[in-house]
Amino acid sequence: MTPVARRSWAAAVLAVLALPALLPLLSAAAAWTVPAGEVWAHQLRHVLPRVAVNTALLLFIVGGATAVLGTVLAWLVAANEFPGRRMFAWALLLPLAVPAYVLAVVFAGALDFAGPVQGWLRESVHAGIRLPPIRSLGGAALVLTLCLYPYVYLLARVAFESAGARPLEVAQTLGLEPGAALRRALLPLARPAVAAGVALVCMETLADFGVVAALNVDTFTTAIYRAWYGMYSVTAALQMAALLGLVAILGVWLERRARSARGYAAQRPAGELPRRRLRGGEALAATAFAGSVLAVAFVLPAAQLVAWAWRYAATDLDARYWAFAGRSVALAASGAIVVVVAALLHGYALRGERRAWANGLGRIATTGYAIPGTVLAVGLFAPLAAFNGWLQDRLDALFGSAAPQIFLQGTLLAMLVAYLARFLAVGAGPVESGLERIHRHLDEAAGLLGARGFTRLRRLHLPLLRGSLFAAAILVFVDLMKELPITLMTRPFGFETLAVRVFEMAAEGEWQRAALPSVLIVAVGVIPVVLLSRRIAHVA
Amino acid sequence: MAHFSSFVAAAMLAVVFSATVPTTVVAAESLVVYSARNEQLIKPVFDAYTRETGVEVKFTTGDAAVLIERLAAEGRNSPADLLMTVDAGELWNAAQRGLLQPVRSGTLERNVPAHLRDPEERWFGLSMRARTIFYSPQRVDAKTLSTYEALAQPAWKGRLCLRTSKKVYNQSLVAMMIAQDGEAKTEQVVRGWVANLATDVFPNDTAMLEAIAAGQCDVGIANTYYFGRIAKERADFPVKLFWANQASGGAHVNVSGAGVTTHSRRIAAATRFLEWLSGPKAQAHFAAVNMEYPVNPAAAVDPLVQSWGRFEPSLINVAEAGRLQPAAVRLMDRAGYR
Repeated sequence: MTPVARRSWAAAVLAVLALPALLPLLSAAAAWTVPAGEVWAHQLRHVLPRVAVNTALLLFIVGGATAVLGTVLAWLVAANEFPGRRMFAWALLLPLAVPAYVLAVVFAGALDFAGPVQGWLRESVHAGIRLPPIRSLGGAALVLTLCLYPYVYLLARVAFESAGARPLEVAQTLGLEPGAALRRALLPLARPAVAAGVALVCMETLADFGVVAALNVDTFTTAIYRAWYGMYSVTAALQMAALLGLVAILGVWLERRARSARGYAAQRPAGELPRRRLRGGEALAATAFAGSVLAVAFVLPAAQLVAWAWRYAATDLDARYWAFAGRSVALAASGAIVVVVAALLHGYALRGERRAWANGLGRIATTGYAIPGTVLAVGLFAPLAAFNGWLQDRLDALFGSAAPQIFLQGTLLAMLVAYLARFLAVGAGPVESGLERIHRHLDEAAGLLGARGFTRLRRLHLPLLRGSLFAAAILVFVDLMKELPITLMTRPFGFETLAVRVFEMAAEGEWQRAALPSVLIVAVGVIPVVLLSRRIAHVA
Repeated sequence: MAHFSSFVAAAMLAVVFSATVPTTVVAAESLVVYSARNEQLIKPVFDAYTRETGVEVKFTTGDAAVLIERLAAEGRNSPADLLMTVDAGELWNAAQRGLLQPVRSGTLERNVPAHLRDPEERWFGLSMRARTIFYSPQRVDAKTLSTYEALAQPAWKGRLCLRTSKKVYNQSLVAMMIAQDGEAKTEQVVRGWVANLATDVFPNDTAMLEAIAAGQCDVGIANTYYFGRIAKERADFPVKLFWANQASGGAHVNVSGAGVTTHSRRIAAATRFLEWLSGPKAQAHFAAVNMEYPVNPAAAVDPLVQSWGRFEPSLINVAEAGRLQPAAVRLMDRAGYR
């Protein structure tokens, strides 16, 4: 491909990929042309100061906590040998399969005053004993951290494992202690991956509604829903969503800037990362630490869910659940394929892209992840329905009353486009950080050997990227299993999935009954997580 | 790997195929409902209609606010014939935005009391949801209870539990209080509530009732069917129901209801369906699946629900809950009721 052709190809790809996220952002921005002054005066005085502080605190705590927890766990598993390591390598990903809103409800149920833990403490220890309230900012930060750390863990682990032996060998040659070797040789290599993971965590935290609603924290997102559902002001809701989009774009841009100051590309990895064998107290501490994270984030909540689900299984579990699960898997799998292919194109188009506007388009394409799902669904649905209406009018004009009724906005195609708008960031993060680790000299060398374009992708990049692509596929698949607002709004009539089932139960407060579909979401989500995680271990 | 690729290819083909065949024309003998009332609460009743009349009822569920945006976005190409919600405010909002049309029907006028339907006949309540006071009989003498407003008195300091003001049920309760008492007095009451809270607000009514049972607080406000669900499973649940405001305007009620969409192409069929839903037999079924109250006084009430005794509902038209809801939300923000 000539440089000019390549450049227009890249720009076209970025423009097409940015469209699904751009449409709702534009609908939101367009809302600013409609005055909603009365609502805003109220929001500025009574709502925004409080929610801005809460949102910032939540972002700061969850971002920081997941960065530390995810990186430490990844380093433990990738660079050390201790009892249970092989199991922890995949098991630490399991919290990904639990929908965050479900985990929040389990935590609230277990740890609130009326729950079993505090009840037991009051009866057996002391009647006046109280735990810190779970329905609080701290509680929400805890739940979000436990749900979201696997993003950082997975990406950092892939980065550590694909670093190979050389960085550590060099560090040892220089006489660095293991701790210093980690800090000065391994961490810098993992930085793009950790940053990509934390960026995903922050975007998901910004967009989260389920956890903060269940644990009573007022954030920007809850203020959006309050203006929309409570004050019937879609305009004010969209305007606030547009601000959220701006914050996300700003965040992504800052992360880029901080990252582009340094080059992270490694040489082709040589040898496997050597694992340091931990002994005695060290080994025990490592096992206990990984074990307690796993217990709190997954094993105990899952046990509670199973206990609830068991109670309703006799009445609720019927043959339809096969269909619910089948549809969930089919949707999540096709969505994951679409998103990962798009993410690969996206990463490629951005590689070596220097034009600011093209880069900007590429970034906008990934901001859908920071917009609350329902707002994004509505923002995308409106233009789609308008297009459908236009098409229908043309058909009616052509065929009169014999014209077929079309209903594009309620098809799987609409669903997949919306998934792309929301989840491209999840696929793009791992792919991009993977591409960054492939040094540009390799591209040039391959070019000299005559491998360009698709051949270079297939023979050079795909083998090197395989770990990152699998990581992207796992993350998107599991996210899609849990996804609700888009599925709810764009599904065809009678098209029910496991997540839709959770909604049906939860909307009327039947949370314990919602445990049954939740358990199945977790069970179905866990299988690919385990399988693909093992695969990463082989190819990394 | 080869197997995997062919599986992937098959999946992609299936998706593309189903995507390019849009869900087309709905048969003449069918209706489409956009419903914010959940599947498990409507499907049994819809199925009964299909068995009786042969008319198929297709539906999709979701949040009312989202379904309303969907109707608005689809405009005259919308496949929906009816919009069903679990809150009068949302029906009021949909009507306000021109998404519902008036239906003239003597049957509906006879079956649905005037305060539970739109004065302009664009929507009709189909079940009544009462929101009242609940208390711990061990720690509260029922004689000390009277009205929602009285819960703002200092005697309840540190003893009151409330659900979050984000839930529409509390927004419509406060809206109806504004309709009855005026904004200034209502704001005082809500400030009093906030000052009396034993703990931060709860995300749902069930958790709030459990907190009364566990002794975290003594009194609270909830919808009766949440209490019914617990009481059905645990006969010894240590919380009792008290009918609020019986001497001053009646207990707060909201409706789950429906209206015919402006762009429906099957107005007559949709109206017949609404009329059937308001009849005594369907009414008893519709309300009983969730232990709510039928709007039609001729319909039978669930035995457990009946055991709570008769009560006087507020007779202010439930449309007011919609009209005053934005004001209620702002009032609660000002008063610090989260």
